[in-house]
Amino acid sequence: MSDDDEIDLRALDDDELVEQMHDDLYNGLREEIEQGTRILLERKWGPERVLERALVGGMQIVGVDFRDGILFVPEVLQAANAMKGGMEILRPLLAETGAEPIGKVVIGTVKGDIHDIGKNLVSMMMEGAGFEVIDIGINNPVEKYLEALETHHPDILGMSALLTTTMPYMKVVIDTLKQKGIRDDYIVLVGGAPLNEEFGKAVGADAYCRDAAVAVDTAKALIHARRAARVA
Amino acid sequence: MGSQQRLLVIACGALARELLAVIRASGWPHIRVQCLPADLHNRPERITEAVRGKIHAARGHFEHVFVAYGDCGTGGALDRMLAEEGVERIAGAHCYEFLAGSAAFERLNEREPGTFYLTDFLLRHFERLVIRGLGIDRYPHLTAQYFGNYRRLVYLAQQPSEARMEAARAAAGRLGLQFEAHSTGLAPLAGALVFAKRGAVQWAG
Repeated sequence: MSDDDEIDLRALDDDELVEQMHDDLYNGLREEIEQGTRILLERKWGPERVLERALVGGMQIVGVDFRDGILFVPEVLQAANAMKGGMEILRPLLAETGAEPIGKVVIGTVKGDIHDIGKNLVSMMMEGAGFEVIDIGINNPVEKYLEALETHHPDILGMSALLTTTMPYMKVVIDTLKQKGIRDDYIVLVGGAPLNEEFGKAVGADAYCRDAAVAVDTAKALIHARRAARVA
Repeated sequence: MGSQQRLLVIACGALARELLAVIRASGWPHIRVQCLPADLHNRPERITEAVRGKIHAARGHFEHVFVAYGDCGTGGALDRMLAEEGVERIAGAHCYEFLAGSAAFERLNEREPGTFYLTDFLLRHFERLVIRGLGIDRYPHLTAQYFGNYRRLVYLAQQPSEARMEAARAAAGRLGLQFEAHSTGLAPLAGALVFAKRGAVQWAG
């Protein structure tokens, strides 16, 4: 968009503004997203509503176009950076609402793997969807995962790998959980570019998630199913 | 079919020059090389079917087909397809491994997992594949997101020269990484072909 076409976000009604924010997210315009977020809050939107409708809704469009090969990694990262701008405004307000997270996730890349772009996107989308996310970073040996599970008692363990050479380490982690008799205490989700559903099954994960949006949907569905099973 | 068409090597475009140099130097005139675009690495899920297509097209035209690809991010899908088709490939997860040699690559990687590797191919196409491919030309701040966890750049030089060394050093500087160079030559690649289970050289006689 040229400067001449600049849109006055305040002149838009709520629906138009949300739509414009989806476009701005798509185009990775962080300042505009921050401004839009503030305007919606000024209009007495709750932080959860802003997050869900304006930010997560916009990132879902980005996710679909990435999956379909319309958008590429640089554009997705730009969009994610824009979303982070909005999230930073909303995070303290969300904490004030005292809303319970819908679940807790420990997530990290496996030993030998330092590639965290995908993992960071998943963390952000999980947080946006209302999960509490404990990100244990990169290059995690099994001991680190165990320590994090013991400390945080999450519902979900998420493991990520970009390399064909590092992804088998997920099985090491899951087998260790089995040996310790704690495998079924957690929903285990795995993801990363070279993985697939078959690999996820082979290593004993509950699910393979091909992208951040799928990770969120899968996490929600499996937590819901697990809680329903406990009640039954 | 003449003896000049006994073996087809289906390769990643990133290996084209090096494979042709090895074939010339080793005196394997019966080997032909066909390449798929190296850009397929941006969509690794497409590699497997693209290679399968080349294998099918080669049937009836070559006595043997061999594949010079690593797993290349296909998550084992390439190997499963090759097993279905009865075709072998060069050993190794990716081209860095068979260009450096498995043992040498393992040592490099163990010493520092945060290593970004450049080959002669990647160096030649650094601007297109790394800078423009990752959008760093448009969004320079993304450099930190892509390379923040890397510590060093290792240039695996197949055909080293002073100019290439300087270009590789400049690439490392541009990405904010320490620079290290290893002259691999072409011997590890030739070796990977020779030592493949029923590899190229066994078909050479």
